[in-house]
Amino acid sequence: MPSLRDIQNKIAAVKKTRQITRAMNMVAAAKLRGVQEKTERFRPYAEKYAEVLGSLSQGVDPEIHPLLAQPETVDKVALILLSADRGLCGSFNMNLILAAQQFLNDRKAKGQEVDFYVVGRKGADFFKRRKTPMAEQLRGAMNVIDFDLAVKVARFGLNAFLNGEVQEVYFIYSKFQSMVSQVPTVEKLLPISPVDTGEDVEPEQQQIGAAEYLTEPSAEEILVELLPRYVNVRMYSGLLETGTSEQAARMAAMDNATNNCKEMIKDLTLVFNKARQAAITAELMDIVGGAEALKG
Amino acid sequence: MAKKIKLEVVTPDKLLLSKEVDVVVCTGTEGEFGVLYGHVPFLATLAVGEMRFRDGNQTDYAAIAGGFAEVTGERVTVLAEAAELAREIDTDRAKSARERAEKRLAQAQAEEIDFARAEAAMKRAMLRMRVADRGGSLA
Repeated sequence: MPSLRDIQNKIAAVKKTRQITRAMNMVAAAKLRGVQEKTERFRPYAEKYAEVLGSLSQGVDPEIHPLLAQPETVDKVALILLSADRGLCGSFNMNLILAAQQFLNDRKAKGQEVDFYVVGRKGADFFKRRKTPMAEQLRGAMNVIDFDLAVKVARFGLNAFLNGEVQEVYFIYSKFQSMVSQVPTVEKLLPISPVDTGEDVEPEQQQIGAAEYLTEPSAEEILVELLPRYVNVRMYSGLLETGTSEQAARMAAMDNATNNCKEMIKDLTLVFNKARQAAITAELMDIVGGAEALKG
Repeated sequence: MAKKIKLEVVTPDKLLLSKEVDVVVCTGTEGEFGVLYGHVPFLATLAVGEMRFRDGNQTDYAAIAGGFAEVTGERVTVLAEAAELAREIDTDRAKSARERAEKRLAQAQAEEIDFARAEAAMKRAMLRMRVADRGGSLA
């Protein structure tokens, strides 16, 4: 039986932990709002971009731009993993890491080499411990997610692709589905497949859309301008989704932790009260026993 | 009075501007072009350059750091990598950006890629200062 003082100390400690987890929950909530605002502000840009690109790329020969060229054989690919810099967000990072690990294993089984780029300290740490070779690691970048970061990350893939080192580039990010569900998602970044540039519009409609525009310079030249930037746009949305997911995951994890603390305090208080009661009873017994003895 | 055209300037960070104006003039990669209400659908890439738009008697300026513009009859949408309104440009920051770019330009002569990047940074900084001057004289 632990002493009364021990239990009291333990309760105090758990209360402090609860305070910390509660504060972290609130911080995560504030950060989540920040990222969500950024996502909101970015949405019009991304939507417009996809729309214009979709209508432009109709009927365009994939040969005109290296970013559109579908490879005949693939023996080396690049993978960009977006993970968080910080932990304490439940299984968030682990889910992403496992998705990356599985990707690496699959590709190895197919006999393809993988150039591996990791954004976020948690992912980089994990693969460093495992001694998985990484072409590049970007730590501490997820604190501030902005378009410059997206450009920087996308450049890893673009460079490797344009140099001909790899034939395909994939990236793994965490898709934000809801506050309780964030799904690691693998997407192909390069080459850009015509399908994912446009929305699902009927082919005939799209034809008209492309023909309607006067363009300056030619439609193909514009496309050449837009395509590399589109890669940045996609990377930025991936980063924003990952950021949103991270904060949501942390909020959930910290909420759980706070609840667990509450539970623990409840249990400990019960134990404490029982122990106190037992101590009082024992003392009473002593006194009564002493009094009886004196009466003789 | 002719109808007004809706001008929207969108950057990855925000919707910079959404306004009804009389005329918009943008710097395209192939030269300046002006847009009035009822323009034919038009798509152009934009150079690093200024954009001006007039509403009534007031003309405003903005610095556009490349991107593209989509024009339909009623609307101009400018999708810019980065953009700033003349009155919001921080001249000191632009000045120091120019100095940085100058320095890097001097260093980067050797390396081609760095040179191109430094040159682009230089262009943007100079544009911002030019546009800021315009905004100042009108305010």
